[in-house]
Amino acid sequence: MTMLSIRNLHAAVEGKAILKGLSLEVMAGEVHAIMGPNGSGKSTLAHVLSGREGYEVTEGSIVFEGKDLLAMSPEERARDGVFLAFQYPVEIPGVNNVYMLKAALNAIRRHRGEPELDAVDFLRLIKEKAMLVQMDERFLSRAVNEGFSGGEKKRNEILQMAVLEPKLALLDETDSGLDIDALRVVANGVNQLRRSDRAIVMITHYQRLLEHIVPDFVHVLAGGRIVRSGGRDLAVTLEERGYDWLKEEAA
Amino acid sequence: MSTAATANLLPEFERVSASLPGDARVAERRRAALARFAASGFPSQRDEAWRYTSTAGLARRKHSVAIDTPVNLARGRAALAAAGAWDGPQCVFVDGSHRPDLSNAVAAAGLRIRPFAAAVAEDGRIGERFAGWGGEELSPMISLNAAFAADGVVIDVADGAEHGEPLRLLFVMTADVRDRAVFPRVIVRAGQRSSLAVVEQYVGESAADGFTNTVTQIHAGEGARVTHYRLQDESPKAYHVGNLIVSQERASEVVSHSLSFGALLARQDIHIMLSGPESSVTLNGLYMAEGRQHVDHHTRIDHFEPTTRSEEYYKGILGGHGRGVFNGKVVVHQHAIKTDAQQSNKNLLLSNDAEVDTKPELEIYADDVKCAHGATVGQLDEDALFYLRSRGLDESAARALLTYAFAGDILGRLGIARLQKELAARIAGRLPGAAEFLEAV
Repeated sequence: MTMLSIRNLHAAVEGKAILKGLSLEVMAGEVHAIMGPNGSGKSTLAHVLSGREGYEVTEGSIVFEGKDLLAMSPEERARDGVFLAFQYPVEIPGVNNVYMLKAALNAIRRHRGEPELDAVDFLRLIKEKAMLVQMDERFLSRAVNEGFSGGEKKRNEILQMAVLEPKLALLDETDSGLDIDALRVVANGVNQLRRSDRAIVMITHYQRLLEHIVPDFVHVLAGGRIVRSGGRDLAVTLEERGYDWLKEEAA
Repeated sequence: MSTAATANLLPEFERVSASLPGDARVAERRRAALARFAASGFPSQRDEAWRYTSTAGLARRKHSVAIDTPVNLARGRAALAAAGAWDGPQCVFVDGSHRPDLSNAVAAAGLRIRPFAAAVAEDGRIGERFAGWGGEELSPMISLNAAFAADGVVIDVADGAEHGEPLRLLFVMTADVRDRAVFPRVIVRAGQRSSLAVVEQYVGESAADGFTNTVTQIHAGEGARVTHYRLQDESPKAYHVGNLIVSQERASEVVSHSLSFGALLARQDIHIMLSGPESSVTLNGLYMAEGRQHVDHHTRIDHFEPTTRSEEYYKGILGGHGRGVFNGKVVVHQHAIKTDAQQSNKNLLLSNDAEVDTKPELEIYADDVKCAHGATVGQLDEDALFYLRSRGLDESAARALLTYAFAGDILGRLGIARLQKELAARIAGRLPGAAEFLEAV
């Protein structure tokens, strides 16, 4: 079943067109990788999908599970099951990681008509999920991302994904800033979250991540459009040949 | 200047002066204090210390010093219930008058607690040790209090006596009489190596539009440790002016917490005199203003002696058309080498119409000192807001959570867990959307 359908998406930032007719279909259970050179619009796509202000959609549509995603606020998207793992997770001094996640999970559970979790049940849940990304329990009670290393922040993103159990997870440059060990841990966490009723869209510059999280489909974004789609092999070709030949094709 | 605004307080003094406690000498002192107040009147905005805070609204009111009106206890009890439970020792004042029937101040060894009226009747020299009746040169508001001070409390802690259990002084203002003016006076004398914690709490019925002008004097003897909490949560129609005057001897440690939520106009002055070497003070403060509230903190720390230390952490949260003022003055006198003075004031503006004026002032006349200050004014971090919303929190909850977090370190410094909890709820109660996360906190 189609989970996400992006049709002819045009989006601008401060009047400058970034996405110029992007189309993409994602089915439940699939893992897609969107690759592309710097400035091709990868992060813009992630931001538009998550509902960030400052991105103006000038044309096209995004339908998520039959709903008009663009008409929804960021929190409505989150409650309906869209999750963005940030490229640069925000540090929030004074807001405890556990409290934030508990408030988030319970907001989502309320939306789904499920009972809220009490403190004891929530703590049990988060400790179990923390093992998934080998995150030290000490980090749970710290302020959100405050003083976390790059790797710890990315682990924290995947931990949040594990707790919130989204239907659609967008991973924005989740591999950036990770050393090889941290990459392995994060990728392993993501792989354990692959499910037949969940779709994952990875946005990445390098194919390195794809060695650890093997996608079903690879798309190349250049000049604001998807210029080529293929399987896992396409990423390998990109690694060998770079992006220039595709940019020329796009132009 | 004959035009000084004094409202109708001069005729009120003539009306009630015979009912004020104290002998003829005290009465003389009161009259002299009133004359000093009359000479200057309410401070005007031409006065540098009141530049951002107008007393015009206050001076226009027709105040009633209704000490001769019987207290309406039924209203007092209702307001009292709203102030939060307290199972420790406390002295309760309703409309300025001490209520033994509502108080449960137990006399422990080395601790003497007397209502001010009784103490002054006993000994007219109360308070003389500390700059006459208490630093009248600092503000005309202190003179005004000296003239009218009818009740309050005098606390004496014997040398070496340690009192861990905090004492609450609860001042309740009812709406029984319009424009009631009350003038509480609190005197704390902590002997050598003694310790004490006092919580001064001001609450009122929501319609209470009165004027509270309070003075608290604390003297910390050698090696004494005194913690003072000041929770101002009067009705949003009230006028509240407070002066805290602290003098410290050698190696004494004072901690002052000032939390201001209520009143239409709230002004708190804190004067700290580090008069003994190695004495130290920590000032911790939080102020919130919304609607048309105006809240002003003026603090002054005088480092008179060597190796004295001061730390100051104040935060403000201003919403609606609320206005905040912070002025933090630190004076390091010539003799006060090896002074360490740190000051920080951070403000959060929640609306476009909210405003804050913050001004650190450092005057340093000594060499070999360590002084630092910083002041910031900002808004909620948009990236953090989006981050929280992208996790499913709605916008108002995300705003509330970030605002609440801003106040977190100030609350964290409060030494009484129950107060922390109550004040956390109080802060959250003012933030729409906080209900969604508060049970998690």
